[in-house]
Amino acid sequence: MSKKTILSGNHAAAYAVKLSRPDVISAYPITPQTSVIEKLSEFVENGELNARFIRVESEHSAMSAVLGAASVGARVYTATSSQGLLYMYEVCWWAAGARLPIVMGIITRAIAPPWSIWTDHNDILTLRDSGWIIMFAQDVQEVFDLTVQAFKIAEETSLPVAVGWDAFVVSHTVEPLEILSQEHVDRFLPKKKIGGHMLNFDDPFSLGNLTYPDDYMEFRYDIWKTQREALDIISNIYEEYSEISGRAYGGLLEDNMCDDADIILFMMGAASGDAIEAARLLREKGLKVGVCRLRVIRPFPAEEIAKKSERVKMIGVFDRDVSMGYSGVLATDIKSALKEYGVDVPVAEYIGGLGGRDLRVKDFLEIFEDMDKMARKGVKFSRKWIGLKEKYIGGAP
Amino acid sequence: MSGIFKTFPYQEYILKGNAACPGCGATLILRYVLKALGHRTILVIPACCTSVIAGPYPKTAFGVPVLHIAFAASAAAASGIVEAVEQIGMRDVNVVVWAGDGGTVDIGLQALSGAAERNHNMVYICYDNEAYMNTGIQRSGATPYGAWTTTTPTGNKNVKKDLPMIMRAHNIPYIATLNPAFPNDIYSKVKKAKEIRGFKYFHALSPCPPGWRYDSSLTVEIARMAVLTGMWILYEQEYGDFRLTGPSRNLLEKRKRKPIVEYLKLQGRFRHLNDEDIDRIQRLVDDKWEEIKELLESNKINKK
Repeated sequence: MSKKTILSGNHAAAYAVKLSRPDVISAYPITPQTSVIEKLSEFVENGELNARFIRVESEHSAMSAVLGAASVGARVYTATSSQGLLYMYEVCWWAAGARLPIVMGIITRAIAPPWSIWTDHNDILTLRDSGWIIMFAQDVQEVFDLTVQAFKIAEETSLPVAVGWDAFVVSHTVEPLEILSQEHVDRFLPKKKIGGHMLNFDDPFSLGNLTYPDDYMEFRYDIWKTQREALDIISNIYEEYSEISGRAYGGLLEDNMCDDADIILFMMGAASGDAIEAARLLREKGLKVGVCRLRVIRPFPAEEIAKKSERVKMIGVFDRDVSMGYSGVLATDIKSALKEYGVDVPVAEYIGGLGGRDLRVKDFLEIFEDMDKMARKGVKFSRKWIGLKEKYIGGAP
Repeated sequence: MSGIFKTFPYQEYILKGNAACPGCGATLILRYVLKALGHRTILVIPACCTSVIAGPYPKTAFGVPVLHIAFAASAAAASGIVEAVEQIGMRDVNVVVWAGDGGTVDIGLQALSGAAERNHNMVYICYDNEAYMNTGIQRSGATPYGAWTTTTPTGNKNVKKDLPMIMRAHNIPYIATLNPAFPNDIYSKVKKAKEIRGFKYFHALSPCPPGWRYDSSLTVEIARMAVLTGMWILYEQEYGDFRLTGPSRNLLEKRKRKPIVEYLKLQGRFRHLNDEDIDRIQRLVDDKWEEIKELLESNKINKK
């Protein structure tokens, strides 16, 4: 019943949204998100998708509009990138705080200045502490799969869900994929239930009113608790989906040759493909390396990460982002997970690929070889920028 | 005046124990507005006095559902609600933004303009107390010339932004001004707007005892004087048809309007003004009435 076709990452997202039958879509155009909302407008205007499309005047209003729609029980979708996400940032926190199941595609793009339209992951990671569930795709097929699942995850947790994919490398790259049939998606994702936590006239409550110190903290605790519980909810939904689709990614983390590996590299996004290719090549030479791809960033799969790291000689973390003044964002969380589960393993941090700087198999071959060298020497920790121009190399630790 | 309330429903949607200041002009207006709209009304309230008046969690001071939303977001959030209720098949729902002047003429203007241009089927009401009152009386784009605020301690040097006129440029089906001294005018305008499909914009003068520096017993008197001096003009525009309403109908000629000082002298925020300032404000008022005259003239021509 599924259909094989070829699509760009953005069009794959649009098809996934269409099949998920949203009631209201609202978006503001930004490169490289535009082809998502163009395709969705087309679906709405030619009658393929029975939904309202609100063509707002800003991203702040895009998130506000889907928030309003979700507050009365509508299934909603929006998409953005970079500056657009930052412009709607205030309302993103509002969406999580109001516990509204909003789904958003984030086509990751570097933040200006200087202007850049190419990928890195700092934009989506600004949502890290907000209460949004954050998932990240590697390729076009996964954009489709995660987008359909995101609606179910959002509705089961009453939390907004962001699905990220890399600008151009995924958003505009056309790849073969399998699209589920409408019957399949309908069975997986039934019509949204009206009732419960939404504005109504029988019990006219106030959503988001002033809350004194006596109560505020419990609201935050509830989000935190649901986020922690969502590790299981997401895993279960992934399993249910893989039964329908026949595609299994391995849940919260995608394990690539990690089982017997001496060295594991953690990372997320499209460049993982290059890292996996590099690992294969090195395995042919007898170097036991693996790649562990993070598919969910919030809730953070700390236990799973720690388990993968237990019996290896060294782990690496590749961040296509940076937390200024410290390390990569993923590295910060991964080191924290190791401590939490008492895993004492040397860590090599790598920061690179910012602003769309090309990442190739060669780069990851060098990373693995660097880690191998450090592991042999007994180096406990290192932090390096990858692909910097030569005259910039060196300086501060 | 006796008997005018007989036509109003008894049902109260502003409940006892709400946190409004005594003499709050805004809450008085909201009371009449909700009586006119009835219980199938969703209020969208950005940061403003009413986000406090609505009462703290887990209670609510209003008999209708409320979505509290970020300062700049109200018109956009209401856009989403309007489209959603129609899409999921909820019938006879009034979606109403209730926002202060800061949330309307300043930080919320972009979202308001967008929602108006898209002509969503909603009501937007700006209750204009002419400064950021909730945060403690700071100047807004709606503060009148000369007024004292905590950020204009020697008096505001700018001239009040005329938002209803900006809304005229959006070609929306209905625009009206409101004033709490004239509840019948409020009630009939809101009732009329309820039957009009598309974007309806109201601008309501909302006297504020602590912000304007007057005794809370004087709210209605000051609101009335605002109209009689011509400082506040009651009008409505329905599908481009502009007309004066209430006492403003008889104030086109300057000699019929009370001197502006009659309004200013009731309020501590204007106490520091000298004769020159008062003359300036009188000229601003007179000029505004000239604009109104021109509007009425062009309206006549259009009708022919």
